[in-house]
Amino acid sequence: MDIGTVRGLITAALFIAFLALVFWAYSKRRKADFDELARMPLEDDPPVKDSGSKTP
Amino acid sequence: MTATHYNDKVVRQFAIMTVVWGIVGMLVGVLIAAQLLWPDLLPPYSFLSFARLRPLHTNAVIFAFGGSALFATSYYIVQRTCHTRLFLDKLAAFTFWGWQAVILLAAITLPLGMTTSKEYAELEWPIDILIAVVWVAYAIVFFGTIALRKVKHIYVANWFFAAYIITIAVLHIVNSLAIPVTLTKSYSVYPGVVDAMVQWWYGHNAVGFFLTAAFLGMMYYFVPKQAGRPVYSYRLSVVHFWALISTYMWAGPHHLHYTTLPDWAQSLGMVFSLILLAPSWGGMINGMMTLSGAWHKLRTDPILKFMIVSLSFYGMSTFEGPMMSIKTVNSLSHYTDWTIGHVHSGALGWVAMVSIGTMYALIPKLYGREQMYSVKLIDVHFWTTTVGVVLYITSMWIAGVMQGLMWRATNADGTLTYAFIESIKSTYPYYAVRLAGGTLVFAGMLLMAWNVWKTIAGRTTTADSPVVQPA
Repeated sequence: MDIGTVRGLITAALFIAFLALVFWAYSKRRKADFDELARMPLEDDPPVKDSGSKTP
Repeated sequence: MTATHYNDKVVRQFAIMTVVWGIVGMLVGVLIAAQLLWPDLLPPYSFLSFARLRPLHTNAVIFAFGGSALFATSYYIVQRTCHTRLFLDKLAAFTFWGWQAVILLAAITLPLGMTTSKEYAELEWPIDILIAVVWVAYAIVFFGTIALRKVKHIYVANWFFAAYIITIAVLHIVNSLAIPVTLTKSYSVYPGVVDAMVQWWYGHNAVGFFLTAAFLGMMYYFVPKQAGRPVYSYRLSVVHFWALISTYMWAGPHHLHYTTLPDWAQSLGMVFSLILLAPSWGGMINGMMTLSGAWHKLRTDPILKFMIVSLSFYGMSTFEGPMMSIKTVNSLSHYTDWTIGHVHSGALGWVAMVSIGTMYALIPKLYGREQMYSVKLIDVHFWTTTVGVVLYITSMWIAGVMQGLMWRATNADGTLTYAFIESIKSTYPYYAVRLAGGTLVFAGMLLMAWNVWKTIAGRTTTADSPVVQPA
């Protein structure tokens, strides 16, 4: 196969991979999961208690 | 300490060194800005000359200040979002001491004039080997922690950190391949223009992965945290992550426009740089929109101000970058101070401001305090930095465009209108404004140091936080 054809096919394959990624990420099936994941930074930390005094 | 607690010690160490190296790196920056204004300020032809101090400045701010901030936040975030203690405490400690050793060696060898002359990769081969070893240790600690995670999903911030750790390893090792001649001198294995291309493949991806992807990882944890809001669009974060990392890899040739690099490679670099606008703005929009529903917090929280303004600078510099990569624009901007302005719009406006905001959020937590000693002082720091950065980049824009126009001006008979020295003479006022801007940014770091000192004084033995069980 001509090198130009190979390059063209690789470009097409990468473009299709990108479209597949977009469709996967934006599919309704992922929404519930992603909404939960978006909250991850908010749910991993207990409230910090300020002991007020310096450590001895 | 058992596995029931996070390893916060290494995070504390890196967080404190972020402030220390920030001050050192920016002080050297102020010095070299002053040298451009007053060339005889420091003894010329010595280890204090501009040529020796300039790589010290870039290495200190990127790898010492920025690097420490990234080690601290990546270690903090990966533990919190994986709900597990860091993998291999001793190796994590080694990454801290190893990285500090690299920085000290850089601070000694660069002023002595030991350099490979590759920009942002100036360090000689023995130090390069140490960097590679520390970096592999970093990868083992980070990916080991990911493997130990108690939740199914790997949070998006960790994807950005993972891409950064893998890519920097590859870039550093490939670009640093050299034939050692003596302990302090080596020559690149690549010849001529190939060397230039490898260098800027490295150089631009250092920007793309060290100064962008990794700081986006920081942003994706600390902006939602500080705003108290979930990530605006998680699916956008997934799409722009993959688009960003696969596009950045090809943008390097825009550093070599109108050189002997083949024309097709230059055009390829330009096209990929233009495409980069989309995934870059994906990150900016996602960060900013995370504040929707919480905009009022910007009025009272100077930490959020740092973060949101950093995202504004990120958006601005990632618009400016693709524009400057267009060959016709580049023919005006390249080799002028416009480039310096662009770099600092990204480095001070985005990288430094998001790091400073994050440190103000992180440091009190690490030392068991609710907030910094003085929130008012954070606000003062925010304004000194913002005004400083704006002075810096606007002066360099004007200076750069002026230089570009003067250099290309020709008379009717084809001779150059201006001698080079005339363009330097015309730049002096802008060098003064830039020095003022840089000094403001540096002064802000001193305020930060005092604030951090008052926050942590007497708390050096604070206990680590317990591991939180996933919901």
